Amino acid sequence: MHYLTDIILIALGAALINNFVLYYFVGICPFIGVSRRIDMAIGMGFAVTFVISIAAFLSWTITTFMLKPGAPVSKWAAGFFMPAASAAQVDLTVLSYIVYIFAIASSVQFVEMYVRRFYPSLYRSFGVFLPLITTNCAILFACLIIFSRIVGVDNPADAWDIGRALTLAVFGGIGFTIAITIMAGIREELELCDIPKPLKGAGITLIVASILAMAFMGFTGVDSGLKSALTPAAVEHTQSAEE
Amino acid sequence: MPVAPTPAERFIQGILPENPVYRQLLGLCPTLAVTNGLKAALTMAGAVAFVLFCANIVTSMIRHLLKPHLRIVIFTLIIATFVTITDRFLAAYMYNMSKTLGPYIPLIIVNCIIICRCEVCASRQSMFTAAADALGQAGGFALALASIAAVREVLGTGQLFGIQVLPTVWPNWIIMILPPGAFMTLGLLLGAVNWIQLRRSEKAGQTSE
Repeated sequence: MHYLTDIILIALGAALINNFVLYYFVGICPFIGVSRRIDMAIGMGFAVTFVISIAAFLSWTITTFMLKPGAPVSKWAAGFFMPAASAAQVDLTVLSYIVYIFAIASSVQFVEMYVRRFYPSLYRSFGVFLPLITTNCAILFACLIIFSRIVGVDNPADAWDIGRALTLAVFGGIGFTIAITIMAGIREELELCDIPKPLKGAGITLIVASILAMAFMGFTGVDSGLKSALTPAAVEHTQSAEE
Repeated sequence: MPVAPTPAERFIQGILPENPVYRQLLGLCPTLAVTNGLKAALTMAGAVAFVLFCANIVTSMIRHLLKPHLRIVIFTLIIATFVTITDRFLAAYMYNMSKTLGPYIPLIIVNCIIICRCEVCASRQSMFTAAADALGQAGGFALALASIAAVREVLGTGQLFGIQVLPTVWPNWIIMILPPGAFMTLGLLLGAVNWIQLRRSEKAGQTSE
């Protein structure tokens, strides 16, 4: 498939069709917890987008060069104490979860220190969310998708490159920002409504989220339509095959 | 200084009064994602129970060595180790279930329930209290997951554990096994739990007057 087509499909899929929050349910904790005011929601959204991009870059690099079977760095390191034939088969994928979580936690720590030192006003607006982001499922989820697209593919040529990985991460983060901002807008209006007492707070938020998820289900199938529209050659090919 | 809670107290508290899902709103990702069938939900609850139990015991054993600014990293590394064990175990012995649960098994690492229990309980209490606390919280989590999954599976497919329970004329509410049904079910069940709680506290208030 054409590279640009692939990028557009990944971007659209991550941001709208398979929205991280409303389709995969990752990042629900901040979605419920930090969606009371629009400005806080946008701050959280940008913080997540930023960290998710760094984490995606790190996880793509680590997976490609160290974790996947026969990766260059692990092959080189193993070459010191075992024969070359078995060194080429070293498979460190079992360590992936530990390595990812360590990469995420340390990059969040560095980002927090950097922002606090050089952008104090930015730190005051979204710095409080940064430690929370370590335990945000959306970040690890993006890393795991990238992992499965590098290690899980049958044909090594299909493995994702860094461009695809970063597209997924940035647009996944944008999808999260869209969802949490819409939610915050609705919740600001809900403050004025007469909600049954037991549903106040999280209950009504979840029900609103359910209606939002239904709205986002309307995007289902957009990707396959777009795919056939963007690749006319493939369509002609299948049509001639059908005839 | 508050009196240290006994193991039995911690166990009972975890199941209903401090239920991780309904009362503390923790660990919502797996709660919503894997509850479209009772079987998947119970497997998930089992995996979380194992990780929570082991992580709580290990954290409790090393609690005197922890440095305050590094503790979250240490907790996540301990949890990640046990999650890797669980993930490999499921892939080896329950391959289809491991495919169904997909990325939600590794996502146990960032499940707030476990980090929260390590932080609040295990890093301060003795090993037996921490273990009882883990079992109580895991029981509460399993109860919540099973209740949501039962509602969704019965309404969505008319089945329970894959066995037909509703008459076949039942129009399957497909929406219940899709993402919106998850949010809706959890929202309404949460409302129901709060309603019962409110009524109880009102009654208690009346009798005391």
